[in-house]
Amino acid sequence: MSGLLDKVVVVTGAGRGTGRSHCERFADEGADVIAVDIASAATDLGVTAAEVEKRGRRCVTGLADVCDFEAVSAAVAAGVADLNRLDVVVANAGIHTAGAPTWELTEDAWRRTLDVNLTGVWHTVNAGVPHIGEDGGSVVIISSTNGLRGTANTAHYTASKHAVVGLARTLANELGPRRIRVNTVHPGAVGTAMVLNEATYRRLRPDLPNPTAEDAAEVLKARNLLPVPWVEPVDVANAVVFLASDEARYITGTQLVVDAGLTQKTT
Amino acid sequence: MTGRLAGKVALITGAARGIGRSQALRFAQEGADVIALDLCGPVETVSVPASTPEDLDETARLVRAAGGRIVTSIVDVRDEDQLRSATDDGVTRFGGLDIVCATAGITSRGLATELSEAAWQTMLDVNLAGVWRTCKVTVPHLIARGSGSVILVSSIAGLRGLLGVAHYTAAKHGVVGLMRSLANELAPHGIRVNSVHPTNVDTPLIQNAAVASAFRPDLDREPTREEFAEAARSMNMLDIPWVEPIDVANACLFLASDEARYITAATLPVDAGATQR
Repeated sequence: MSGLLDKVVVVTGAGRGTGRSHCERFADEGADVIAVDIASAATDLGVTAAEVEKRGRRCVTGLADVCDFEAVSAAVAAGVADLNRLDVVVANAGIHTAGAPTWELTEDAWRRTLDVNLTGVWHTVNAGVPHIGEDGGSVVIISSTNGLRGTANTAHYTASKHAVVGLARTLANELGPRRIRVNTVHPGAVGTAMVLNEATYRRLRPDLPNPTAEDAAEVLKARNLLPVPWVEPVDVANAVVFLASDEARYITGTQLVVDAGLTQKTT
Repeated sequence: MTGRLAGKVALITGAARGIGRSQALRFAQEGADVIALDLCGPVETVSVPASTPEDLDETARLVRAAGGRIVTSIVDVRDEDQLRSATDDGVTRFGGLDIVCATAGITSRGLATELSEAAWQTMLDVNLAGVWRTCKVTVPHLIARGSGSVILVSSIAGLRGLLGVAHYTAAKHGVVGLMRSLANELAPHGIRVNSVHPTNVDTPLIQNAAVASAFRPDLDREPTREEFAEAARSMNMLDIPWVEPIDVANACLFLASDEARYITAATLPVDAGATQR
Protein backbone atom coordinates (compact mmCIF):
# COMPACT_ATOMS: atom_id res chain seq x y z
CA MET A 1 0.00 0.00 0.00
CA SER A 2 1.16 3.46 -0.80
CA GLY A 3 3.10 5.98 1.15
CA LEU A 4 5.02 3.89 3.71
CA LEU A 5 8.31 3.61 1.84
CA ASP A 6 11.15 4.96 4.00
CA LYS A 7 8.75 5.95 6.76
CA VAL A 8 9.49 5.06 10.39
CA VAL A 9 7.03 3.36 12.68
CA VAL A 10 7.20 2.62 16.41
CA VAL A 11 5.41 -0.48 17.66
CA THR A 12 5.01 -1.38 21.33
CA GLY A 13 4.53 -4.97 22.40
CA ALA A 14 6.62 -5.78 19.34
CA GLY A 15 8.21 -8.98 20.65
CA ARG A 16 5.54 -11.41 19.60
CA GLY A 17 1.96 -11.93 18.47
CA THR A 18 0.25 -9.10 16.64
CA GLY A 19 3.07 -6.70 17.57
CA ARG A 20 5.60 -8.74 15.62
CA SER A 21 3.16 -9.03 12.73
CA HIS A 22 2.77 -5.23 12.56
CA CYS A 23 6.56 -4.88 12.33
CA GLU A 24 6.77 -7.48 9.54
CA ARG A 25 3.96 -5.92 7.52
CA PHE A 26 5.34 -2.39 7.85
CA ALA A 27 8.74 -3.70 6.73
CA ASP A 28 7.03 -5.39 3.75
CA GLU A 29 5.74 -1.93 2.80
CA GLY A 30 9.21 -0.40 3.03
CA ALA A 31 9.15 1.16 6.48
CA ASP A 32 11.84 1.04 9.18
CA VAL A 33 10.77 -0.02 12.65
CA ILE A 34 11.37 0.97 16.26
CA ALA A 35 10.35 -2.18 18.11
CA VAL A 36 9.64 -1.78 21.82
CA ASP A 37 8.83 -4.43 24.41
CA ILE A 38 9.49 -5.22 28.07
CA ALA A 39 12.87 -6.57 29.22
CA SER A 40 11.61 -10.13 29.65
CA ALA A 41 10.74 -10.16 25.94
CA ALA A 42 14.29 -9.34 24.82
CA THR A 43 14.77 -12.65 23.02
CA ASP A 44 11.44 -12.38 21.22
CA LEU A 45 12.28 -8.81 20.25
CA GLY A 46 15.49 -10.09 18.63
CA VAL A 47 13.40 -12.42 16.46
CA THR A 48 11.17 -9.49 15.44
CA ALA A 49 14.24 -7.43 14.51
CA ALA A 50 15.58 -10.30 12.41
CA GLU A 51 12.24 -10.55 10.58
CA VAL A 52 12.33 -6.82 9.77
CA GLU A 53 15.95 -6.99 8.61
CA LYS A 54 15.19 -10.06 6.49
CA ARG A 55 12.84 -7.76 4.57
CA GLY A 56 15.63 -5.29 3.88
CA ARG A 57 14.57 -2.68 6.44
CA ARG A 58 16.21 -1.36 9.61
CA CYS A 59 14.96 -2.21 13.07
CA VAL A 60 15.97 -0.47 16.29
CA THR A 61 14.86 -2.36 19.38
CA GLY A 62 14.16 -0.79 22.75
CA LEU A 63 13.45 -2.45 26.08
CA ALA A 64 10.87 -0.45 27.97
CA ASP A 65 7.71 -0.96 29.98
CA VAL A 66 4.93 1.28 28.66
CA CYS A 67 3.94 1.90 32.29
CA ASP A 68 7.19 3.83 32.67
CA PHE A 69 6.90 7.00 30.61
CA GLU A 70 10.57 7.94 30.98
CA ALA A 71 11.63 4.52 29.71
CA VAL A 72 9.30 4.38 26.72
CA SER A 73 10.10 7.98 25.85
CA ALA A 74 13.83 7.21 25.91
CA ALA A 75 13.37 4.11 23.77
CA VAL A 76 11.39 6.04 21.15
CA ALA A 77 13.88 8.93 21.20
CA ALA A 78 16.79 6.53 20.72
CA GLY A 79 15.04 4.93 17.76
CA VAL A 80 14.27 8.30 16.20
CA ALA A 81 17.90 9.35 16.69
CA ASP A 82 18.98 6.29 14.71
CA LEU A 83 16.30 6.34 12.01
CA ASN A 84 15.97 10.13 11.74
CA ARG A 85 12.21 10.50 11.78
CA LEU A 86 8.89 9.16 13.03
CA ASP A 87 5.67 8.87 11.07
CA VAL A 88 3.52 6.19 12.65
CA VAL A 89 2.84 5.18 16.26
CA VAL A 90 1.26 1.77 16.88
CA ALA A 91 0.24 1.43 20.54
CA ASN A 92 -0.09 -2.32 20.64
CA ALA A 93 1.23 -3.45 24.04
CA GLY A 94 -1.49 -4.89 26.20
CA ILE A 95 -2.32 -7.52 28.76
CA HIS A 96 -5.31 -9.75 29.35
CA THR A 97 -5.16 -11.13 32.87
CA ALA A 98 -7.35 -13.68 34.61
CA GLY A 99 -10.96 -12.60 34.83
CA ALA A 100 -13.44 -12.54 37.67
CA PRO A 101 -16.86 -11.05 38.36
CA THR A 102 -16.45 -7.27 38.59
CA TRP A 103 -17.11 -7.16 42.33
CA GLU A 104 -14.46 -9.81 42.94
CA LEU A 105 -11.65 -8.25 40.88
CA THR A 106 -8.70 -7.34 43.04
CA GLU A 107 -7.39 -3.81 43.29
CA ASP A 108 -4.09 -5.12 41.87
CA ALA A 109 -5.66 -6.76 38.84
CA TRP A 110 -7.70 -3.66 38.08
CA ARG A 111 -4.81 -1.25 38.46
CA ARG A 112 -2.30 -3.38 36.53
CA THR A 113 -4.64 -3.71 33.53
CA LEU A 114 -5.48 0.00 33.47
CA ASP A 115 -1.78 0.85 33.84
CA VAL A 116 -0.69 -1.17 30.82
CA ASN A 117 -3.71 -1.03 28.52
CA LEU A 118 -4.71 2.60 29.06
CA THR A 119 -1.98 4.61 30.75
CA GLY A 120 0.62 2.71 28.69
CA VAL A 121 -1.13 3.77 25.47
CA TRP A 122 -1.23 7.38 26.66
CA HIS A 123 2.49 7.19 27.47
CA THR A 124 3.25 5.68 24.07
CA VAL A 125 1.36 8.40 22.25
CA ASN A 126 3.06 11.09 24.34
CA ALA A 127 6.45 9.55 23.67
CA GLY A 128 5.86 9.28 19.92
CA VAL A 129 3.74 12.19 18.74
CA PRO A 130 6.25 15.00 19.47
CA HIS A 131 8.64 13.35 17.00
CA ILE A 132 6.12 13.28 14.13
CA GLY A 133 7.07 15.91 11.57
CA GLU A 134 5.09 18.64 9.89
CA ASP A 135 3.97 16.32 7.08
CA GLY A 136 1.73 14.66 9.63
CA GLY A 137 1.39 10.99 10.49
CA SER A 138 -0.78 8.30 11.92
CA VAL A 139 -1.47 6.89 15.37
CA VAL A 140 -3.09 3.47 15.58
CA ILE A 141 -4.23 2.18 18.96
CA ILE A 142 -5.00 -1.50 19.33
CA SER A 143 -8.22 -1.85 21.27
CA SER A 144 -10.43 -4.96 21.18
CA THR A 145 -13.99 -6.01 20.54
CA ASN A 146 -14.14 -5.43 24.30
CA GLY A 147 -13.60 -1.78 23.46
CA LEU A 148 -17.03 -1.80 21.82
CA ARG A 149 -19.05 -4.12 24.03
CA GLY A 150 -18.74 -5.81 27.38
CA THR A 151 -18.34 -9.48 28.27
CA ALA A 152 -18.76 -11.05 31.68
CA ASN A 153 -15.76 -11.29 34.00
CA THR A 154 -13.60 -8.82 32.10
CA ALA A 155 -14.49 -5.48 33.67
CA HIS A 156 -10.86 -4.39 34.03
CA TYR A 157 -9.96 -5.34 30.45
CA THR A 158 -13.23 -4.04 28.98
CA ALA A 159 -12.96 -0.73 30.83
CA SER A 160 -9.38 -0.26 29.64
CA LYS A 161 -10.22 -1.08 26.01
CA HIS A 162 -13.26 1.22 26.00
CA ALA A 163 -11.14 3.94 27.57
CA VAL A 164 -8.60 3.95 24.72
CA VAL A 165 -11.49 4.71 22.35
CA GLY A 166 -12.22 7.83 24.35
CA LEU A 167 -8.54 8.70 24.32
CA ALA A 168 -8.35 8.19 20.54
CA ARG A 169 -11.44 10.32 19.90
CA THR A 170 -10.03 13.20 21.91
CA LEU A 171 -6.60 12.85 20.34
CA ALA A 172 -8.09 12.83 16.84
CA ASN A 173 -9.67 16.20 17.60
CA GLU A 174 -6.45 17.56 19.04
CA LEU A 175 -4.09 16.24 16.37
CA GLY A 176 -6.22 16.76 13.26
CA PRO A 177 -4.87 20.30 12.75
CA ARG A 178 -1.35 18.80 12.71
CA ARG A 179 -2.41 16.31 10.06
CA ILE A 180 -1.94 13.42 12.45
CA ARG A 181 -4.71 10.84 12.19
CA VAL A 182 -5.76 8.74 15.18
CA ASN A 183 -7.76 5.52 14.89
CA THR A 184 -8.43 2.38 16.91
CA VAL A 185 -8.47 -1.23 15.70
CA HIS A 186 -10.72 -3.77 17.37
CA PRO A 187 -9.71 -7.41 16.94
CA GLY A 188 -11.81 -10.27 18.21
CA ALA A 189 -9.91 -13.36 19.32
CA VAL A 190 -6.48 -13.47 17.64
CA GLY A 191 -4.48 -16.66 17.24
CA THR A 192 -1.68 -15.64 19.60
CA ALA A 193 -0.43 -16.75 23.00
CA MET A 194 -2.93 -14.36 24.59
CA VAL A 195 -5.72 -16.69 23.42
CA LEU A 196 -3.91 -19.95 22.72
CA ASN A 197 -3.09 -20.94 26.30
CA GLU A 198 -4.35 -23.50 28.74
CA ALA A 199 -6.02 -21.03 31.10
CA THR A 200 -8.13 -19.68 28.23
CA TYR A 201 -9.02 -23.20 27.08
CA ARG A 202 -10.26 -23.97 30.59
CA ARG A 203 -12.22 -20.72 30.79
CA LEU A 204 -13.90 -21.46 27.46
CA ARG A 205 -14.52 -25.15 28.18
CA PRO A 206 -15.33 -25.54 31.89
CA ASP A 207 -17.18 -28.70 30.85
CA LEU A 208 -13.97 -30.57 29.97
CA PRO A 209 -11.22 -31.79 32.32
CA ASN A 210 -8.36 -31.21 29.85
CA PRO A 211 -9.55 -28.93 27.03
CA THR A 212 -7.40 -28.47 23.93
CA ALA A 213 -7.08 -25.66 21.38
CA GLU A 214 -9.59 -27.51 19.20
CA ASP A 215 -12.12 -27.65 22.03
CA ALA A 216 -11.71 -23.92 22.62
CA ALA A 217 -11.95 -23.23 18.88
CA GLU A 218 -15.47 -24.71 18.77
CA VAL A 219 -16.69 -22.17 21.33
CA LEU A 220 -14.91 -19.23 19.74
CA LYS A 221 -16.13 -20.14 16.26
CA ALA A 222 -19.73 -20.12 17.44
CA ARG A 223 -19.29 -16.49 18.55
CA ASN A 224 -18.23 -15.23 15.10
CA LEU A 225 -20.23 -14.57 11.97
CA LEU A 226 -17.54 -15.97 9.70
CA PRO A 227 -16.76 -19.66 10.22
CA VAL A 228 -13.36 -19.17 11.88
CA PRO A 229 -12.45 -19.39 15.58
CA TRP A 230 -9.99 -16.49 15.52
CA VAL A 231 -8.26 -14.11 13.16
CA GLU A 232 -4.52 -14.30 12.56
CA PRO A 233 -2.05 -11.59 13.63
CA VAL A 234 -1.50 -10.67 9.97
CA ASP A 235 -5.18 -9.76 9.61
CA VAL A 236 -4.86 -7.19 12.39
CA ALA A 237 -1.57 -5.98 10.91
CA ASN A 238 -3.17 -5.54 7.47
CA ALA A 239 -5.81 -3.27 8.98
CA VAL A 240 -3.17 -1.28 10.88
CA VAL A 241 -1.05 -0.87 7.76
CA PHE A 242 -4.11 0.26 5.78
CA LEU A 243 -4.94 2.91 8.41
CA ALA A 244 -1.32 4.10 8.47
CA SER A 245 -1.05 4.27 4.68
CA ASP A 246 -1.92 7.13 2.34
CA GLU A 247 -4.92 5.08 1.18
CA ALA A 248 -6.52 6.08 4.49
CA ARG A 249 -5.26 9.67 4.42
CA TYR A 250 -8.68 11.05 5.35
CA ILE A 251 -9.70 8.39 7.87
CA THR A 252 -9.41 9.62 11.46
CA GLY A 253 -11.28 9.21 14.72
CA THR A 254 -12.74 5.86 13.73
CA GLN A 255 -13.01 2.34 15.14
CA LEU A 256 -12.16 -0.45 12.70
CA VAL A 257 -13.20 -3.96 13.69
CA VAL A 258 -11.20 -7.02 12.62
CA ASP A 259 -13.46 -9.47 14.36
CA ALA A 260 -14.97 -11.97 11.91
CA GLY A 261 -18.31 -10.32 12.70
CA LEU A 262 -18.19 -11.05 16.45
CA THR A 263 -19.65 -7.70 17.55
CA GLN A 264 -22.55 -7.88 15.11
CA LYS A 265 -23.56 -11.51 15.47
CA THR A 266 -27.24 -11.96 16.22
CA THR A 267 -27.77 -15.05 18.28
CA MET B 1 1.13 -3.95 -3.55
CA THR B 2 -0.52 -4.72 -6.88
CA GLY B 3 -2.86 -7.41 -8.10
CA ARG B 4 -4.81 -7.25 -4.87
CA LEU B 5 -7.99 -8.22 -6.77
CA ALA B 6 -6.37 -10.41 -9.44
CA GLY B 7 -8.87 -12.83 -10.97
CA LYS B 8 -11.87 -11.19 -9.26
CA VAL B 9 -15.03 -9.81 -10.84
CA ALA B 10 -16.62 -6.67 -9.37
CA LEU B 11 -20.09 -5.24 -10.01
CA ILE B 12 -20.49 -1.52 -9.34
CA THR B 13 -23.69 0.54 -9.49
CA GLY B 14 -23.47 4.29 -10.06
CA ALA B 15 -20.32 3.63 -12.07
CA ALA B 16 -20.65 6.45 -14.60
CA ARG B 17 -18.90 9.05 -12.47
CA GLY B 18 -17.83 10.08 -8.99
CA ILE B 19 -17.16 7.34 -6.45
CA GLY B 20 -18.44 4.56 -8.73
CA ARG B 21 -16.05 5.49 -11.53
CA SER B 22 -13.16 5.68 -9.10
CA GLN B 23 -14.01 2.22 -7.73
CA ALA B 24 -14.14 0.81 -11.26
CA LEU B 25 -10.76 2.24 -12.15
CA ARG B 26 -9.06 1.41 -8.84
CA PHE B 27 -10.37 -2.17 -8.83
CA ALA B 28 -9.28 -2.65 -12.47
CA GLN B 29 -5.81 -1.37 -11.57
CA GLU B 30 -5.66 -4.16 -9.00
CA GLY B 31 -6.66 -6.81 -11.55
CA ALA B 32 -10.45 -7.06 -11.29
CA ASP B 33 -12.90 -7.32 -14.19
CA VAL B 34 -15.67 -4.77 -13.85
CA ILE B 35 -19.42 -4.86 -14.46
CA ALA B 36 -20.34 -1.17 -14.49
CA LEU B 37 -23.97 -0.10 -14.14
CA ASP B 38 -25.52 3.35 -14.08
CA LEU B 39 -28.83 5.02 -14.78
CA CYS B 40 -27.17 7.59 -17.06
CA GLY B 41 -30.19 9.84 -16.81
CA PRO B 42 -32.24 12.10 -14.58
CA VAL B 43 -34.26 11.11 -11.50
CA GLU B 44 -37.39 13.07 -10.67
CA THR B 45 -37.15 15.29 -7.56
CA VAL B 46 -33.36 15.47 -7.98
CA SER B 47 -31.87 18.75 -9.11
CA VAL B 48 -28.27 17.54 -9.43
CA PRO B 49 -27.25 17.29 -13.11
CA ALA B 50 -27.76 13.68 -14.24
CA SER B 51 -25.04 11.28 -15.31
CA THR B 52 -24.97 10.51 -19.05
CA PRO B 53 -24.17 7.56 -21.32
CA GLU B 54 -21.00 9.48 -22.23
CA ASP B 55 -19.97 9.47 -18.55
CA LEU B 56 -20.31 5.68 -18.44
CA ASP B 57 -18.34 5.37 -21.68
CA GLU B 58 -15.60 7.47 -20.10
CA THR B 59 -15.45 5.06 -17.12
CA ALA B 60 -15.06 2.19 -19.61
CA ARG B 61 -12.34 4.06 -21.49
CA LEU B 62 -10.39 4.71 -18.26
CA VAL B 63 -10.64 1.07 -17.18
CA ARG B 64 -9.49 -0.20 -20.57
CA ALA B 65 -6.65 2.34 -20.63
CA ALA B 66 -5.53 0.84 -17.31
CA GLY B 67 -5.47 -2.59 -18.99
CA GLY B 68 -8.73 -3.78 -17.43
CA ARG B 69 -11.83 -5.50 -18.81
CA ILE B 70 -15.24 -3.92 -18.36
CA VAL B 71 -18.84 -4.34 -19.48
CA THR B 72 -21.28 -1.48 -19.05
CA SER B 73 -25.04 -1.37 -18.87
CA ILE B 74 -27.62 1.38 -18.42
CA VAL B 75 -29.75 0.29 -15.47
CA ASP B 76 -32.11 1.86 -12.95
CA VAL B 77 -31.67 0.38 -9.45
CA ARG B 78 -35.42 0.89 -8.97
CA ASP B 79 -36.04 -1.81 -11.58
CA GLU B 80 -35.20 -5.28 -10.33
CA ASP B 81 -35.62 -6.98 -13.71
CA GLN B 82 -33.23 -4.58 -15.41
CA LEU B 83 -30.73 -5.02 -12.60
CA ARG B 84 -30.95 -8.79 -12.70
CA SER B 85 -30.59 -9.02 -16.43
CA ALA B 86 -27.54 -6.70 -16.53
CA THR B 87 -25.99 -8.56 -13.60
CA ASP B 88 -26.53 -11.98 -15.11
CA ASP B 89 -25.14 -10.85 -18.49
CA GLY B 90 -22.01 -9.47 -16.83
CA VAL B 91 -21.53 -12.56 -14.71
CA THR B 92 -21.85 -14.76 -17.79
CA ARG B 93 -19.31 -12.62 -19.62
CA PHE B 94 -16.68 -12.81 -16.85
CA GLY B 95 -17.54 -16.23 -15.45
CA GLY B 96 -18.64 -15.31 -11.91
CA LEU B 97 -18.90 -12.55 -9.34
CA ASP B 98 -16.80 -11.77 -6.26
CA ILE B 99 -17.32 -8.15 -5.28
CA VAL B 100 -20.41 -5.94 -5.21
CA CYS B 101 -20.33 -2.18 -4.65
CA ALA B 102 -23.79 -0.66 -4.19
CA THR B 103 -22.76 2.90 -4.91
CA ALA B 104 -25.66 4.41 -6.86
CA GLY B 105 -27.33 7.19 -4.91
CA ILE B 106 -29.05 10.55 -5.16
CA THR B 107 -29.40 13.71 -3.12
CA SER B 108 -32.13 16.28 -2.72
CA ARG B 109 -32.89 18.73 0.06
CA GLY B 110 -35.69 19.91 2.29
CA LEU B 111 -36.63 20.15 5.96
CA ALA B 112 -38.13 16.91 7.26
CA THR B 113 -41.56 18.40 7.80
CA GLU B 114 -41.59 20.04 4.40
CA LEU B 115 -40.35 17.20 2.17
CA SER B 116 -42.82 16.14 -0.48
CA GLU B 117 -44.10 12.57 -0.54
CA ALA B 118 -42.42 12.19 -3.93
CA ALA B 119 -39.02 13.35 -2.70
CA TRP B 120 -39.25 11.02 0.30
CA GLN B 121 -40.35 7.99 -1.71
CA THR B 122 -37.85 8.50 -4.51
CA MET B 123 -35.02 8.86 -2.01
CA LEU B 124 -35.90 5.61 -0.25
CA ASP B 125 -36.49 3.84 -3.54
CA VAL B 126 -33.03 4.68 -4.88
CA ASN B 127 -30.77 5.00 -1.83
CA LEU B 128 -32.21 2.17 0.26
CA ALA B 129 -34.40 -0.15 -1.82
CA GLY B 130 -31.99 0.23 -4.75
CA VAL B 131 -29.19 -1.07 -2.53
CA TRP B 132 -31.40 -3.92 -1.37
CA ARG B 133 -32.27 -4.84 -4.98
CA THR B 134 -28.60 -4.72 -5.93
CA CYS B 135 -27.89 -7.21 -3.14
CA LYS B 136 -30.88 -9.31 -4.09
CA VAL B 137 -29.78 -9.90 -7.70
CA THR B 138 -26.06 -10.26 -6.99
CA VAL B 139 -25.98 -12.37 -3.83
CA PRO B 140 -27.01 -15.64 -5.54
CA HIS B 141 -23.88 -15.36 -7.70
CA LEU B 142 -21.69 -14.83 -4.64
CA ILE B 143 -23.30 -17.80 -2.89
CA ALA B 144 -22.58 -19.88 -5.99
CA ARG B 145 -18.93 -18.81 -5.68
CA GLY B 146 -18.86 -19.65 -1.96
CA SER B 147 -17.16 -16.36 -1.10
CA GLY B 148 -17.36 -12.66 -1.76
CA SER B 149 -17.38 -9.12 -0.45
CA VAL B 150 -20.35 -6.76 -0.54
CA ILE B 151 -19.72 -3.07 0.08
CA LEU B 152 -22.62 -0.70 0.62
CA VAL B 153 -21.82 2.97 0.16
CA SER B 154 -23.61 4.76 2.99
CA SER B 155 -22.57 8.21 4.26
CA ILE B 156 -21.73 10.03 7.47
CA ALA B 157 -25.50 10.56 7.33
CA GLY B 158 -25.75 6.79 7.96
CA LEU B 159 -24.14 7.33 11.36
CA ARG B 160 -25.52 10.68 12.50
CA GLY B 161 -28.24 13.13 11.52
CA LEU B 162 -27.63 15.90 9.00
CA LEU B 163 -29.72 19.02 8.70
CA GLY B 164 -32.04 19.39 5.73
CA VAL B 165 -31.74 15.83 4.43
CA ALA B 166 -33.94 13.71 6.71
CA HIS B 167 -34.94 11.38 3.87
CA TYR B 168 -31.30 10.91 2.83
CA THR B 169 -30.29 10.36 6.46
CA ALA B 170 -33.08 7.83 6.99
CA ALA B 171 -32.11 5.95 3.82
CA LYS B 172 -28.40 5.92 4.67
CA HIS B 173 -29.13 4.73 8.23
CA GLY B 174 -31.37 2.08 6.69
CA VAL B 175 -28.44 0.85 4.62
CA VAL B 176 -26.51 0.14 7.84
CA GLY B 177 -29.38 -1.98 9.15
CA LEU B 178 -29.55 -3.83 5.84
CA MET B 179 -25.79 -4.39 5.94
CA ARG B 180 -25.88 -5.79 9.49
CA SER B 181 -28.68 -8.23 8.72
CA LEU B 182 -27.13 -9.28 5.44
CA ALA B 183 -23.75 -9.86 7.12
CA ASN B 184 -25.45 -12.28 9.51
CA GLU B 185 -27.24 -14.05 6.68
CA LEU B 186 -24.26 -14.38 4.37
CA ALA B 187 -21.46 -15.22 6.81
CA PRO B 188 -22.19 -18.97 6.60
CA HIS B 189 -21.48 -18.67 2.88
CA GLY B 190 -18.12 -16.99 3.50
CA ILE B 191 -19.44 -13.69 2.17
CA ARG B 192 -18.55 -10.45 3.96
CA VAL B 193 -20.79 -7.37 4.03
CA ASN B 194 -19.60 -3.92 5.13
CA SER B 195 -20.56 -0.27 4.70
CA VAL B 196 -18.42 2.81 4.06
CA HIS B 197 -19.35 6.27 5.27
CA PRO B 198 -17.86 9.18 3.36
CA THR B 199 -18.06 12.81 4.39
CA ASN B 200 -18.56 15.21 1.47
CA VAL B 201 -16.86 13.83 -1.63
CA ASP B 202 -15.76 16.08 -4.47
CA THR B 203 -18.32 14.82 -7.02
CA PRO B 204 -21.30 16.31 -8.90
CA LEU B 205 -23.51 15.17 -5.99
CA ILE B 206 -22.14 18.00 -3.83
CA GLN B 207 -20.62 20.36 -6.39
CA ASN B 208 -23.89 21.99 -7.38
CA ALA B 209 -25.82 25.12 -6.52
CA ALA B 210 -28.31 23.40 -4.20
CA VAL B 211 -25.75 21.80 -1.88
CA ALA B 212 -23.27 24.68 -2.02
CA SER B 213 -26.02 27.18 -1.15
CA ALA B 214 -27.18 25.04 1.78
CA PHE B 215 -23.66 25.32 3.20
CA ARG B 216 -23.66 29.11 2.75
CA PRO B 217 -27.08 30.35 3.92
CA ASP B 218 -25.34 33.65 4.63
CA LEU B 219 -24.96 34.42 0.90
CA ASP B 220 -27.86 35.57 -1.25
CA ARG B 221 -26.27 34.16 -4.43
CA GLU B 222 -24.70 30.89 -5.55
CA PRO B 223 -21.43 30.42 -3.62
CA THR B 224 -18.16 29.95 -5.43
CA ARG B 225 -16.28 26.66 -5.02
CA GLU B 226 -13.98 28.43 -2.55
CA GLU B 227 -16.85 29.86 -0.51
CA PHE B 228 -18.45 26.41 -0.35
CA ALA B 229 -15.10 24.86 0.62
CA GLU B 230 -14.65 27.28 3.50
CA ALA B 231 -17.93 26.18 5.08
CA ALA B 232 -17.50 22.49 4.22
CA ARG B 233 -14.11 22.50 5.95
CA SER B 234 -15.73 23.27 9.29
CA MET B 235 -17.51 19.89 9.25
CA ASN B 236 -14.31 17.88 9.24
CA MET B 237 -11.63 17.25 11.82
CA LEU B 238 -8.87 17.28 9.24
CA ASP B 239 -8.31 20.60 7.53
CA ILE B 240 -9.95 19.69 4.19
CA PRO B 241 -13.34 20.63 2.73
CA TRP B 242 -14.03 17.24 1.15
CA VAL B 243 -12.38 13.94 0.32
CA GLU B 244 -11.72 12.72 -3.23
CA PRO B 245 -13.50 9.77 -4.87
CA ILE B 246 -10.21 7.85 -4.81
CA ASP B 247 -10.21 7.92 -1.00
CA VAL B 248 -13.55 6.15 -0.87
CA ALA B 249 -12.42 3.76 -3.61
CA ASN B 250 -9.27 2.89 -1.63
CA ALA B 251 -11.30 2.05 1.47
CA CYS B 252 -13.60 -0.13 -0.63
CA LEU B 253 -10.58 -1.79 -2.24
CA PHE B 254 -9.26 -2.68 1.22
CA LEU B 255 -12.63 -4.15 2.23
CA ALA B 256 -12.89 -6.03 -1.07
CA SER B 257 -9.41 -7.51 -0.81
CA ASP B 258 -8.20 -10.56 1.08
CA GLU B 259 -6.41 -8.20 3.45
CA ALA B 260 -9.82 -7.72 5.05
CA ARG B 261 -10.80 -11.39 4.88
CA TYR B 262 -12.10 -11.40 8.45
CA ILE B 263 -13.74 -7.97 8.45
CA THR B 264 -17.51 -8.17 8.18
CA ALA B 265 -20.47 -6.12 9.45
CA ALA B 266 -18.15 -3.12 9.91
CA THR B 267 -19.02 0.52 9.34
CA LEU B 268 -15.91 2.24 7.96
CA PRO B 269 -15.96 6.04 7.83
CA VAL B 270 -13.91 7.91 5.22
CA ASP B 271 -14.87 11.18 6.77
CA ALA B 272 -11.84 13.24 7.77
CA GLY B 273 -13.10 12.79 11.33
CA ALA B 274 -16.48 14.44 10.69
CA THR B 275 -18.50 11.94 12.75
CA GLN B 276 -16.20 12.32 15.75
CA ARG B 277 -15.83 16.06 15.69
